[in-house]
Amino acid sequence: MRKASILAGLTLLLAVVIFPLYYTVAGSLMTQEDLTRFPPALFPTGLNWENFAGVLQAVPLARQYLNSIVVSLCVVAGILVTSVLAGYAFTFLHFPFRRFAFGLFLSTMMIPAEASIIPNYLTMADWGLVNTFPALILPFLASGFGTFMMRQFFMTFPREVYEAAKVEGCGHLRFLWSILVPLSRPALGTLAVYSFIGTYNHYFWPLLVTNTPSMQTLQIGLAQLNSVEERAPNLILAGVVMAIIPMLVMIYAFQRHIVRGLTTGAVK
Amino acid sequence: MSTASLPGGRYRRKDIVVALCFLAPATAVFVMFGFYPLARTIWLSVAASDIFGNVTGFVGLDRYGDFFSDPALRRVLLVTLAFVVLTVLPTLLLGLFLALVLQARVPGIGFFRTLMATPFAFSAAAAAVVFDILYSPSVGLFNGLLDWAGLPVVEWLTDPATALPSLALVSVWRDLGYAMLVFSAGLQAIPESLFEAARTDGAGRWTLLWRIVLPLLSPTMFFLLVVSTISSLQTFGEINILTGGGPDGATTTLVYGLYQSAFAFGTSDYGLASVQAVVLLVLVMVITIIQFRLLQRKVFYG
Repeated sequence: MRKASILAGLTLLLAVVIFPLYYTVAGSLMTQEDLTRFPPALFPTGLNWENFAGVLQAVPLARQYLNSIVVSLCVVAGILVTSVLAGYAFTFLHFPFRRFAFGLFLSTMMIPAEASIIPNYLTMADWGLVNTFPALILPFLASGFGTFMMRQFFMTFPREVYEAAKVEGCGHLRFLWSILVPLSRPALGTLAVYSFIGTYNHYFWPLLVTNTPSMQTLQIGLAQLNSVEERAPNLILAGVVMAIIPMLVMIYAFQRHIVRGLTTGAVK
Repeated sequence: MSTASLPGGRYRRKDIVVALCFLAPATAVFVMFGFYPLARTIWLSVAASDIFGNVTGFVGLDRYGDFFSDPALRRVLLVTLAFVVLTVLPTLLLGLFLALVLQARVPGIGFFRTLMATPFAFSAAAAAVVFDILYSPSVGLFNGLLDWAGLPVVEWLTDPATALPSLALVSVWRDLGYAMLVFSAGLQAIPESLFEAARTDGAGRWTLLWRIVLPLLSPTMFFLLVVSTISSLQTFGEINILTGGGPDGATTTLVYGLYQSAFAFGTSDYGLASVQAVVLLVLVMVITIIQFRLLQRKVFYG
């Protein structure tokens, strides 16, 4: 009896919390009339899959999808490489000013991207890179958080294995590539998921450095869609459904990674 | 933190070379797109510049004076503060509430927790676009429900009184799942034995919550407070899509003010924009430094 009432309460709570998600999915299958009549419908009158074809015609959403995926994957690859290398140096190598350099790396986490966005835009304009992939990718290829995370993970690595490999004459790159990286898959996975989500969701920077629909990312595409197709919310919601699918897949597939990435620093 | 070095504090030359090579890629990115632009922002905040961002003269703290003395400009600070309070407090309270409720021992609780976290799948733009439809004054669902209940409709995004709270709701909704997940992780880190011991001593449910759960959760809460405050300070997409800073500046926060000064209306006032960027930077740095200090002093890991 008590369990039943708890379940009922939870279901009600869940219904409220995920209502906008429900409305997005339901609305993406409604007709324009369903969504614009007053009072608005809560359920689709039919399954109007053609909304998805319609939205692809309204804006180059497929191309923008591709842009977002390409940019996010490039940034993930870049962050993994730079973070692993820097994390390695900060864990296994002794060099002068190591603590200072590490502090400098960490300090980048304190700089809000918005504080340097104007000069970064001017730099891209100077280099003639506005409206190109490099403009969307370059500023994000390293991460203070990523370096910190990799170092934390490497520090748990048994020192003796490292010493033994050194004694055997194993070079740094080989040790890194054939021993450390394979053993660091959980941390790499967390960092990859975390960076992908962050980049995929970027809004301010792509808004500044892109100016044609074919170079814009999905997020900017959604905003454009919202302003040009104001009278067709069914199309807009179909666009949103397409935009959140990769994120939903990530959330369900990598929930562990996401929680770990989000809570680095919160709970041990 | 390990500070081990070789006996005698000497370095192997090869280690130094390898370290330099390994640190070079990240350092190049940080210098080019982190430290250099930061310095240039500070420089632009004390200089006069043309529309290409070329400095044409030094003006000292004049632009800071403009910003802090003009009530219309200074207002972005109040709006920012209001927005932070309206987003962070509800996110933390509701996130904690959900995490506690989701500790219930009923079948399928994992399913509930996963589903509750789904708003996290929405980017700022995706959430903003959906809420724009829900908030629509004439055909939106929210006004539809109000009308159905016999209540007066609300101009959610165009009434200066409701625009900021309406924006805040979008952020709260999006961040709720994240706060819930972090609180859940914190709750699960509390050893079961503590609860058992307390229960044996006859502690009731509320005593458990106030005396054990909340104190042990304080580092988690503090972490979320800091992270949510910083992310709230940086909110841009929702404002850009839903209100464009309006009506009449009611939703123009620091970040949005910065954007408008630099890039909107063809003004290209990089000086004023940089002043706002520096104020934002200082706020974020102060919050982060307080966090580091407090974490060093009072760590209560479970």
